[in-house]
Amino acid sequence: MNTGKRQQKQRKVLLMGKSGAGKSSMRSIVFSNYVAKDVRRLGATIDVEHSNIKFMGNLMLNLWDCGGQDGFVENYLTHQREHVFSNVAVLIFVFDIESREFGMDVVSYETIIAALEECSPNAKVFCLIHKMDLVQARLRLQLFEERAEHIRAASGHFQTKVDFFATSIWDQSLYKAWTQIIYFLIPNASTIEALLQELAEVIDARELILYERTTCLMVTHVTRGWEMENPFTDRFERISSILKTHKHSMAKHTGVPAGSANFAEMQIKTSQFMFFITRLTENTNLAASIPPSEQIFNAARVNILLARPRFAELDISAKPKTDTQQQEQMRRTASGTQVQGIESSG
Amino acid sequence: MASPSPSDAVRGDSTSESNQHEQPLQQFQPGARLTLERYFQDLQDADTPSSPLVPRYHTGRLPNGKIGDNKPRLLLMGQRRSGKSSISSVVFHKLPPSETLYLETTTRIKKESMHSFMDFQVWDFPGHVDYFDPAFDTENIFDEIGALIWVIDAQDEYLDAIARLNTTILNLQQHYPAINVEVFVHKVDGLSDDYRSDTFRDIIQRVQDELSDAGYENAPVSFYQTSIYDHSIFEAFSKVIQKLIPELPTLESLLNSLCSNCRIEKAYLFDVLSKIYIATDTSPTDSSSYEICSDYIDVVVDVSEIYGWDRNLIEKSSYGRGDEAIPGEAVAVEETGNQDAESLITMERKGNNYLYLREINKYLALICLMGDDSPSDKKALIDYNVGVFQAAMKEVFPR
Repeated sequence: MNTGKRQQKQRKVLLMGKSGAGKSSMRSIVFSNYVAKDVRRLGATIDVEHSNIKFMGNLMLNLWDCGGQDGFVENYLTHQREHVFSNVAVLIFVFDIESREFGMDVVSYETIIAALEECSPNAKVFCLIHKMDLVQARLRLQLFEERAEHIRAASGHFQTKVDFFATSIWDQSLYKAWTQIIYFLIPNASTIEALLQELAEVIDARELILYERTTCLMVTHVTRGWEMENPFTDRFERISSILKTHKHSMAKHTGVPAGSANFAEMQIKTSQFMFFITRLTENTNLAASIPPSEQIFNAARVNILLARPRFAELDISAKPKTDTQQQEQMRRTASGTQVQGIESSG
Repeated sequence: MASPSPSDAVRGDSTSESNQHEQPLQQFQPGARLTLERYFQDLQDADTPSSPLVPRYHTGRLPNGKIGDNKPRLLLMGQRRSGKSSISSVVFHKLPPSETLYLETTTRIKKESMHSFMDFQVWDFPGHVDYFDPAFDTENIFDEIGALIWVIDAQDEYLDAIARLNTTILNLQQHYPAINVEVFVHKVDGLSDDYRSDTFRDIIQRVQDELSDAGYENAPVSFYQTSIYDHSIFEAFSKVIQKLIPELPTLESLLNSLCSNCRIEKAYLFDVLSKIYIATDTSPTDSSSYEICSDYIDVVVDVSEIYGWDRNLIEKSSYGRGDEAIPGEAVAVEETGNQDAESLITMERKGNNYLYLREINKYLALICLMGDDSPSDKKALIDYNVGVFQAAMKEVFPR
């Protein structure tokens, strides 16, 4: 990638864990516009289900939802070992907090980690401790930490690199975890961030949040000034969750399929802030929180409109161009924002 | 007069006495009328905003009747375990419906006051008590009652419930003929569509037959199918409460003229806290447009909560430190932005409606579902007309 040649970058993501842990539920909610109570309809995943998800910034997620029944896992570890575990960018391992045989889960995790170490030692591992809503609120943190420590001890080669999240499909914790995972996968996050920062300065925004349209997952955000003191530190997940809920509501009551119930623009103006969401590129939206002033608001809208082409250059869905054009664009983008290149990793 | 309220500041004609109280308050929060506050109703002893007019309510009693606490009452009654407490928690305390499983049995009358666009009390009755037992002070209970809500569990054997309902109606009819009786056929979410409408019709039939057998024709009883797991309970409550608003015809005609002048498809006047709509224009209502509006309020309130935090404290402290002040923003803070919260959503696909929300006063918000025309053309017209509507509302509800 250092040559500057741009192409769709496929990142392989494995979603694994014991049968019934909630892998497919999670995937359906985040990527397929399910609401939490719809997941009852899901049956067991047979073998591997693949899905491709486009994201901003030259990223194509290639998600492997691996059925968790013992027979399948056996198969992944033997016949398909090379096929499944090579070129993995991220392994997401889902633990069920309610599981009666946590010890067995960890053993299975260990064998998978061993296979991963053998085939793609540079992969990143995220462990999601799932179904946290089933635990009493006051015990959650303690239980989570105990489990996390136990799992870390079994992580072998990845011991220092594992990240843990407590999740539940019934609240925004799911979005929190997935936002982190996505952020890790975006190859040119710093370029996007720098561009966003520049935009924020121009339009005098308190906060800009860039998020992907279909999943409502945050790609990145920029916060300026007093907004850093905002007491709602979980606001990004909350906004993801609010927007997703609203999307479902619109889809349900207008008869539009949930995938296309996107709004073109949303504005909220109050005496303390103004907030709007507008489309930035083909698969991203930009949410902006600005000071309560009509001038700033209108100027910000125009400026965002003007900034669209520059963000579109970073987007994978921009029209395919010849190599030289692309290289030139790369240089322009990079010099404009003082950020070099696109990092690549195995 | 009660203590000054933010709404006094807006009206501008408040007495000098209340102005003195107003000053320090404004110092702390310049221009910060709390917009779209959600948790107000949890304050049990919240002050009632003052008003030069004595509020008048349709209480089912003659004006020269006994003056109580001046609040219309909603009585929730029905068999035990029919879902009365769940309804009151979900509608008035925003309890998630799934949590109602853990509510305990009500053993004594629970009185809850709601402070909203109009003040009313909800009395949640235990299911097992016989109120016409001479030991009970029926006069105290049914005096000034606004509506009697009778909850029937549609998933359970309902013959006993109907028998008790009819006794109650017949008893009330003698002494308090003006009471509205509202029957909620509840928990219908658990029934299949066919079975649901059969049950509903059966219950209506039985109640009316038995009442006419007892010689009481055309009883003023309304029936609703409700469930706490969707919006139907809010819609039913909206209709119950609308009957208690004497100004309803005025509101409806105001909304009608707003709709015809701006080509609005459907306009609702919502109570933001309870998500009950107190009026809508007279065009036919369908529940999906109500649900869209209700969900939309959630979006606006949730986002307002995230970004509407009180910046003033931090601004003050950073002025104190001197060097932390951020250029540009300091100027903007002087501007108050929109006095009343306003919001707009346009949908991406052509031919879909878009939504417009405008805060009318402390409690009420106007939500309009627009037709297919482009919003940018008509935005100014709508803004102006909504301004006119808001002024008219101020005359109808002076506080």
